Amino acid sequence: MVARDLRRSFRTTQGRLRRTRSEVEAVRGVSFEIAPGETFGLLGPNGAGKTTTIKMLITLLLPTSGSASVLGMDVVADVRAVRRRIGYVFGGDRGLYDRLSGLDNLRYFAELYGVEPREQQRRIGALLELVGMTGREHERVEGYSRGMRQRLHIARGLLHDPDVVFLDEPSIGIDPVGARELRATIASLKEQGTTVLLTTHYMFEADELCDRIAVIRSGEIVAEGTPEQLKRGVASGRVLEVETYGVPAGVVETLGDLGPVHSVAVEERGQLQVLVLQCDADSEVTQDVLSRLGDVRVGRVSAREPTLEDAYVQLVTQ
Amino acid sequence: MTRLTTRARQLWLCYRLQLKILLVSPFEGFLGVVFPLMFATATLLVYRVEGDPRAMAYAGLGAAVMGVWTSVTVAASSLLNRERWAGTLELLVAAPTPFLMVLVPITTAMATVGLVSVVVTLVWNRLVFGVRLDVASWPLLVLGVLAATVTIAMFGFLLSVVAVRYRTAWALGASLEYPGWLLCGFVVPVSLLPLVVRPLSWALAPTWAVEAMRSAASGGSPWGELAVCLALGAAYAALAAYLGRRLIESARRHATLALT
Ligand SMILES: Nc1ncnc2c1ncn2[C@@H]1O[C@H](COP(=O)(O)OP(=O)(O)OP(=O)(O)O)[C@@H](O)[C@H]1O
Ligand SMILES: [Mg+2]
Repeated sequence: MVARDLRRSFRTTQGRLRRTRSEVEAVRGVSFEIAPGETFGLLGPNGAGKTTTIKMLITLLLPTSGSASVLGMDVVADVRAVRRRIGYVFGGDRGLYDRLSGLDNLRYFAELYGVEPREQQRRIGALLELVGMTGREHERVEGYSRGMRQRLHIARGLLHDPDVVFLDEPSIGIDPVGARELRATIASLKEQGTTVLLTTHYMFEADELCDRIAVIRSGEIVAEGTPEQLKRGVASGRVLEVETYGVPAGVVETLGDLGPVHSVAVEERGQLQVLVLQCDADSEVTQDVLSRLGDVRVGRVSAREPTLEDAYVQLVTQ
Repeated sequence: MTRLTTRARQLWLCYRLQLKILLVSPFEGFLGVVFPLMFATATLLVYRVEGDPRAMAYAGLGAAVMGVWTSVTVAASSLLNRERWAGTLELLVAAPTPFLMVLVPITTAMATVGLVSVVVTLVWNRLVFGVRLDVASWPLLVLGVLAATVTIAMFGFLLSVVAVRYRTAWALGASLEYPGWLLCGFVVPVSLLPLVVRPLSWALAPTWAVEAMRSAASGGSPWGELAVCLALGAAYAALAAYLGRRLIESARRHATLALT
């Protein structure tokens, strides 16, 4: 799958009487390549343009400019051929017929994807098993919980055994056990050789599943690489976490002036503020930090390896 | 051949499931069958003042088709909007089946509800108002009813294609409901309408279908009206197929498939 300088802007109107038109550039020149069988993560803050990028790839939106191909087929010229071989799952509880049973929902889409009748039964049974919905398929979807809907929706996206699957925040609303099962499902897709494009706001999920990740911010890709590369790319090699009680903002700023410290972030956790300092790999900065904190009450102090989340936060807040 | 049978199976299953969706909901059940009965009742109460059984038969037939018109025009334009809210519209477009083949069973399901409502209304007219249809030719009348249902469905098909592109198309459907009653001559003869709007009446297939039904009932020849009616229905379908392709393209350009 290849995307070349994809762009997409939306025209929006505001106001009722005096209408002002404005253009939002949702995606501005996104390029990437995904190898067959690869699991590729697209990470970025809300409104960064992840869904818009996916919708261009799955032929629901025409790119304003640029081009993209899936399995060697152009997403604008070979629409039908592309649609036949891709699957699309989006997060949330939409995308189902509330008034039909789970089984009928699957049968409806199986027909639209031209799945053979004999194949259909087997496939639907296997998918219900896979997403843990066996036994509930005859109930109407309107009675399903949010997580059950999401599971059914995932099964729907896999009905025709697609070669490429687009998962747009598939784990939203799924309980921890279900999310773990979902990760196993995605991993098994990969074992079968399915190409997966995944967006998620859960960094550990991306870290665990993705071969490569692109971070997108305001419609542009700001970093791309394996999870390891991204973690290493965070200019620093160590993360120092210091729990404090009532640290003044001025003091936090002075910490940033320390030589080996690249950035300081404050996480509020109830009573305490956790200072997250990105530092040089082999610096001994702990003493300096503590002395600058002076008589601020300090709790636990710990150092750890940077996580994907550290890398991500740094990339999107720069 | 196998492709044909595959398509036929797809249409049949989608039709059955869409019918299920329509019938599950008390609202559509109400709209589809009970509303037309109300319209027929109101009409017949007005006509009964005349004390003329021929006028009652005239109004009874018209009122029956009026119900189909209402349920199909309103449903056709609102149904796709509901798919848009439910997030299924995008999924339907993203599927490899041509979108028109997705719309056909939806429209046919609505027409089926319409057909049921015609029969129910005619029975109601008979039982409650004693409207006796002295039908000269039952087969021709049935043909007329079918022509009315099918062509109204085609009109609904056209509306639903427009609804894919324009989010406000439901208003179009709703605003056609009452003018349609007058324009199609369901309960008042078209000849009473001002000359300027008559061409509009002639462009609406149900006008001819109701005429055909009345001819069939009274022993005249309905073939001329039937032919015009079916030709118009075919024209709606062709226009819908043509517009369908362009409007979906346009929806992909203007991002109107989703509300996100
Ligand atoms: N149909 C539309 N009309 C107008 N603007 C749109 C439309 N769809 C998306 N946008 C805008 O495009 C931008 C990118 O949206 P997009 O849905 O791609 O973000 P995202 O990265 O998927 O965010 P999230 O993480 O919240 O899902 C946003 O500013 C959004 O408001
Ligand atoms: Mg999104």
